[in-house]
Amino acid sequence: MSELLLNLVRPLGVPWPARGLAARAQAIVRPLIFPALILLVWQGAGSFRLVDPVLLPTPTRVLGALYEMLVSGFLNPHLAISFQRVLLGFAGGVAVAVLVGALTGYSRFWRSIIDPTLHALRTIPGLAWIPMFILWLGIDESSKVVLIAKAAFFPTYLNFMSGIARADRKLIEVGEVYRLRGARLVTRVLLPYSLPFLFVGLRQSMGVAWLVVVAAELMGASSGIGYVLLDGEMTGRAQIVMACMIVFALCGKTTDFILARLAHRVLRWQDTADRE
Amino acid sequence: MIEIHGLVKKFGDFAALGPLGLSFGNERILTVIGASGCGKSTLLRLLAGLETPTRGQITLDGERIDGPHRRISVAFQEPRLMPWLSVAANVELAIWDWPAEARRAAVEAVLRKVSLTAFAQALPKQLSGGMAQRVGLARALVGNPRLLLLDEPFSALDPLTRVRMQDHLLEIVGDDGPNVLLITHDIEEAIVLSDRIVVLDGPPARVRRDLRIDLPRPRGRASAAFQEIKELLLADLLPDRIDAAHTVAA
Repeated sequence: MSELLLNLVRPLGVPWPARGLAARAQAIVRPLIFPALILLVWQGAGSFRLVDPVLLPTPTRVLGALYEMLVSGFLNPHLAISFQRVLLGFAGGVAVAVLVGALTGYSRFWRSIIDPTLHALRTIPGLAWIPMFILWLGIDESSKVVLIAKAAFFPTYLNFMSGIARADRKLIEVGEVYRLRGARLVTRVLLPYSLPFLFVGLRQSMGVAWLVVVAAELMGASSGIGYVLLDGEMTGRAQIVMACMIVFALCGKTTDFILARLAHRVLRWQDTADRE
Repeated sequence: MIEIHGLVKKFGDFAALGPLGLSFGNERILTVIGASGCGKSTLLRLLAGLETPTRGQITLDGERIDGPHRRISVAFQEPRLMPWLSVAANVELAIWDWPAEARRAAVEAVLRKVSLTAFAQALPKQLSGGMAQRVGLARALVGNPRLLLLDEPFSALDPLTRVRMQDHLLEIVGDDGPNVLLITHDIEEAIVLSDRIVVLDGPPARVRRDLRIDLPRPRGRASAAFQEIKELLLADLLPDRIDAAHTVAA
């Protein structure tokens, strides 16, 4: 009864009392049931030759290939170079996005000059840029990094710019009353206000960067997870292709998790229900 | 002295204020009351430098006001705290251009004044409505302004907190505090706090009545003099109500 009353008067945003171990275990296990079922059916279909194992290798074969590549050290340099490309492209793209987004978000004049052109460029498919980047920058690292940077630019730019442009007028007025103008108003009011928007953009940009690294590594690369994946396709080893897909998924998930944790820490001031 | 000469504010074809003339500075608290939309807040925004007059001018001790001024500060209807800054950092924002040591000392002193020293490092989301409003007031006071503009600062508070905040304001302003221009809807609040009450008509906002309040402090709301002033102001703000009452009596 007392617990019922406690729950009824619980203020919004205050976590529920700690649940039992069983309930917490259930919360962890429940999302794993469906993928486990898929893996089981997939494994069964391969083991009983219901599907051609050359076209669809069983999960155990895929994991075996992945384990082998990791243990032999074959994957490490490819993983390192893919990470390097993604991180360099991401850093370059979002750095420019933050600068341009701050400018176009703050100034209507600059928004009217720059924003329409950027939106037009955004609609050009990413793959259409590949020949141009190869022509301009060659087939070495710079063309790959620039392709990733270009893709990472837009999500951060759009979110950050709209965060700054839509900043609360009432808070801006407080800044104005205390004589904050130009760069000072941006750094002390607009930038912190738009941090939640910025983090949404950063997470999207990171996701896009991992998507594009595959395309970038198809541009005459001789290293990187994308190259290993392509090599697996050329040599008819589907288990390698699928192992590389798992590596991409894990890399993307890890970097997104890091950004999400960082956002949670930086945006601690937000007065939200915090349902994440 | 704060002097307003022939002040006019238009938004497109809509005349929001004026021509309006007013001069004050001898009284500690001047309250401006008027019906909703009569142009009170426009007057406050012009004094704060958040709007530019269409015609006329405002001077503070002879200096023309044509934008936000370091000797004029504002506490708004809502606390308007930066949610990412602590209480102390929110207050410090008003004096960002002071040397660091002076900033720290001024923030400490003003937080003591509003009894929030223990919450200096708290985030706005951790404060109650009354506490947040006190932080807003502290931010407005920390730079030792010559003129403090209060835009219905207690209207969102519950009645008990409002009375407490009114007492608090009188304590803070004291004899050596800034001149205060208070905008409010609350007639009793105006009589309790003010040395002078200006009733605005509008739009466009014009002075309907300019009344000096000489009642001794603390002011009991039940006194005959208090009630007399209240009726007088009610008659200004709700002329239809008084006419109706007179018609019935006749």
